[in-house]
Amino acid sequence: MAGSRVLVTGAAGGMGRSHCVTLAQAGADVLALDLEDTRHELDATAEAVRATGRTCVAETADIRDTAALRAAVDRGANTLGGLDVVVANAGVYDVPGPSWTIDPQTWRRSLDVNLTGTWNTVRAGVAHFAGGGSVILVSSTAGIKAIPSASHYSAAKHAVVGLARTLANELGSRSIRVNTVHPGSVHTPMIINSRVFSRLCPDVDNPTEADAAAVLASRNLLPVPWVDPVDVSNAVLFLASEDSRYITGTQLVVDAGLTQKV
Amino acid sequence: MSGRLDGKVALITGAARGIGRAQAVRFAQEGADIVAVDLCGPTETVSTPPSTREDLEETVSQVRALGRKADPYIADVRDLEALREVADRSVEAFGGIDIVCATAGITSSAPSLELDDTAWQTMLDVNLTGVWHTCTATVEHLIARGGGSIVITSSIAGLRGLVGVSHYTAAKHGVVGLMRALSGEVAQYGIRVNTVHPTNVNTTMIQNPSVRKVFRPDRDEPTVDEFAEAARTMNMLPIPWVEPVDIANASLFLASDEARYITSVALPVDAGSTQR
Repeated sequence: MAGSRVLVTGAAGGMGRSHCVTLAQAGADVLALDLEDTRHELDATAEAVRATGRTCVAETADIRDTAALRAAVDRGANTLGGLDVVVANAGVYDVPGPSWTIDPQTWRRSLDVNLTGTWNTVRAGVAHFAGGGSVILVSSTAGIKAIPSASHYSAAKHAVVGLARTLANELGSRSIRVNTVHPGSVHTPMIINSRVFSRLCPDVDNPTEADAAAVLASRNLLPVPWVDPVDVSNAVLFLASEDSRYITGTQLVVDAGLTQKV
Repeated sequence: MSGRLDGKVALITGAARGIGRAQAVRFAQEGADIVAVDLCGPTETVSTPPSTREDLEETVSQVRALGRKADPYIADVRDLEALREVADRSVEAFGGIDIVCATAGITSSAPSLELDDTAWQTMLDVNLTGVWHTCTATVEHLIARGGGSIVITSSIAGLRGLVGVSHYTAAKHGVVGLMRALSGEVAQYGIRVNTVHPTNVNTTMIQNPSVRKVFRPDRDEPTVDEFAEAARTMNMLPIPWVEPVDIANASLFLASDEARYITSVALPVDAGSTQR
């Protein structure tokens, strides 16, 4: 990845920070983007990237805001002298309940962030590709096998696969590859929180992380409750690098066997 | 003679013409009463000529000519409250709803990186959120009835990418995700949810100058035959498109008790297109 310039959204924490650091360790310079109110954490990501000896530009924007996102990406990309890789990682997840009970605002927010925000990110980022490049859309196992009581999330993450398949067709002739990554349960604040623990362990009072881990492990083929952010980052790095130069339009699942468990 | 849907009530969106009308008529032939819903008007960003009140009335007439009941309702699938009202009123009129066909959909086209925000959003609003609205407005009526079948019309673009329609491809993939989540949620109530994935269908959505031009950029005003020649290359079977009745027949199967143990399935009716 030496000399590559990558845009990562959702870079303030969780998987996003891990992608930034992993790509930087492989030699990439990073445009790390997240919401303004994550500025403190985003700066910590930037410090972690710089600690590897690479450049990091931190910018803030809401990926739902086309104009603000474009301005932020333009500023960052101009500082780095262009972009070669886009990692559309930012997303939101909740489990509101059966689909007909979801309120329209909750449905809309999932599509706006997880789907339209991803498209916005691609548009803003690819505009700075000089030649070929790699676009990685972070979907979810919910983009392959739905999560009941999260139809808004399942719909958005399936839709991201459709977007990637069309983009791969449209951008292939420019040597731009487009793939999706599908993490299962990942050890990030998105699932490591008391709300998710309670949902996973409805019969336990104040369930702990260990209680939740036992439930999650039972859903995987491998004897682990979750993958770590770096496991997803390693898949992102592979798809970002020349090691995957002829891989496009595909779905790479990183889920400890979650989607294949019978 | 007994029909495959005797005593059933089917609510169908996009019923004014095309696939929706074919479903209405085909289901009525098998004994179903029909709640025919359509916008009957234009949608911004869409170049397909809009459906009309007369189209919807024609669907209703064709159903009634078969001796079945049918009521027309004009509603926009983007308006959840309007759909709830349609569902509630049709339950009053017909006693319940057993079958839901979420068929209403639009198309427009532009390369992903040139597509404007309005075209993108309108597509998601109609083809994805509109399907969610249709299910949301009706599911509790199916639960009250003790079971039912929901058939969502997706597209081959719900299973693969198609050039120049990333918003359409995203929305049509999205409804598969919705179908898979919803099927898991309602199985306990005896409700099945499946998607149908047509290749090109011989309807106004493709039989218009702007789509012909997309398929034949080499011609100034492509003829139907020139369009057919290009469309044929998408399919495995040597045909340019399928007919609305082919989608209606697949929907009928999924709606009927013949498919009583089929749920959470994405059924292509695509002349082999997705495997070509």
